[in-house]
Amino acid sequence: METKETVQVNSESVFNVTDLSVSYGDFVAIKNVNMDITKNKITAFIGPSGCGKSTLIRSFNRMNDLILGAKVNGTITYQGVDLYDKMVDPVQVRRRIGMVFQKPNPFPKTIKENITFGLKVNNMTDNMDDRVEKALTQAALWDEVKDDLDKNALELSGGQQQRLCIARTIAVEPDTILMDEPCSALDPVATKKIEDLMQELVKEFSILIVTHNMQQASRSSDYCAFFTTKTSDDGKRRTGELVEFNETSVMFTTPDKELTEQYISGRFG
Amino acid sequence: MENVNDLRDQLTKTITRPIEKIVKFFITASAFAAILISISIIFTLLTEAINFFQDPAVTFKGYFTATRWTPTFQNPEYGVIVLISSTLYIAVIACLISFPLGLFSAIYLSEFATKRTRKVIKPVLEVLAGVPTVVFGYFALNWITPNIIQRFIPGTGVFNALSAGIAVGIMIIPTVASISDDALNAVPNSLRNGSLALGATRRITSLKIMFPAALSGIIASFILGFSRAIGETMIVTIAGGQYPELNLDPRSAMYTITSSIVNVSLGDTPHGTTAYNALFALGITLFIMTFILNIGSDYIARKYRKEYE
Repeated sequence: METKETVQVNSESVFNVTDLSVSYGDFVAIKNVNMDITKNKITAFIGPSGCGKSTLIRSFNRMNDLILGAKVNGTITYQGVDLYDKMVDPVQVRRRIGMVFQKPNPFPKTIKENITFGLKVNNMTDNMDDRVEKALTQAALWDEVKDDLDKNALELSGGQQQRLCIARTIAVEPDTILMDEPCSALDPVATKKIEDLMQELVKEFSILIVTHNMQQASRSSDYCAFFTTKTSDDGKRRTGELVEFNETSVMFTTPDKELTEQYISGRFG
Repeated sequence: MENVNDLRDQLTKTITRPIEKIVKFFITASAFAAILISISIIFTLLTEAINFFQDPAVTFKGYFTATRWTPTFQNPEYGVIVLISSTLYIAVIACLISFPLGLFSAIYLSEFATKRTRKVIKPVLEVLAGVPTVVFGYFALNWITPNIIQRFIPGTGVFNALSAGIAVGIMIIPTVASISDDALNAVPNSLRNGSLALGATRRITSLKIMFPAALSGIIASFILGFSRAIGETMIVTIAGGQYPELNLDPRSAMYTITSSIVNVSLGDTPHGTTAYNALFALGITLFIMTFILNIGSDYIARKYRKEYE
């Protein structure tokens, strides 16, 4: 406990979120979010379906820009820079803040090309073979695919595909990885591999992960944010809100809020 | 416990339900009607075409080597190569127009257009697809030829392959655009997101990820467009002219398979003559060409289809 405490005091934050709300047209998906995300730690977002946690994570690399009518209010600063400043180029943002999606989405190309695509896009064309090997090794996939680099990525198993997606994300050397329920389409064995991998990756990257899986959050995250939906007075609108943001060890033993405790112990959600 | 015999009685067939059978009969008959019609068309074409080749004046060799198509002349020649080359020539011009324009509009529609612009452009494209080909024919003859072609390429005839080719090309743009657009839309959105999340721009995402992933559908749209260009009749008859000799000059008139069929069937060619039977030989030639293209398109669509999930 004590070591954790000191870590928190000394650590820098990679993101500062202030009064953030995200809406799609008239529908407010999530509002009033204030949180600081610590560098080189795993921060998990948990909460029931529809609480806006996926929406929230997509605003950290401006993926919400791609959804028609999506609007972000409030500020997210990334290492001190306002991500939603008019002058900020979302393409540059995404080069530094990578993302792994809920369902593995390898490109219908070879395993190697899946990695080199991002490298080419980011002008990292020197020593490509080394970079491919390094990324696949970091993603704990190299030994399984080193002889099949020219095989179509769609022939890999679901878990391998997801690790390939992680490999292609880290190949372009971002400093933060966003993971939107990366294990929800995987079996327990593949899930375990990804979780172990996260523990390795967090030495180099800051990781934000959305998860439905309470055990996963408690096992693998350092910090945990619990969100829930609040229904408006007329009962028509449901909006996500941040209930509690805490160290994972604290949240899963002595949560501050009654609601958190109920959710974690499975009494609601 | 229910009595087993009572239950068996209840479950025994008592009602014949004739309406089920009648409906099934009509549905089956409709499905087989298409096959039956196709077979009878091929049969008709074949028998008449055989009559054509039985004329001593006609030889297989002459059919494929002669360089004039003059079935109604005193000394008739039946060089189908004239018609095939004209047909392909005009179809290629049409493809040069329609493939890039159709593909680019599909990429624009699926990758760049906002919902609002899409709502405007899609219906306009569909209107273009609904314009009767006879309108395109006169558009080519009375507008494209004098205002564009004769202005920029002096010495072009009133009837010319270029103008007909361009009009056919415009006619097929909606076919190419709409099938390519469907192909691009069938690529899962997750691929687009995956590419953008790596820091790829929209341009790179559409050209390097979406386009290759949709390639099978796009090629299928090209082949279908080409096949439509080959079978197109009205535009080439009106604007393409009837020049019966082998010729590869786009400024001059040409003579496609379809327009020669129109001419034979509209003229006073007596029933049963060799000139009349030639029509069926042309019909089966055209049929074989488009048939091969359609099979090819089907094959490519199957072979290169990427399975997602």
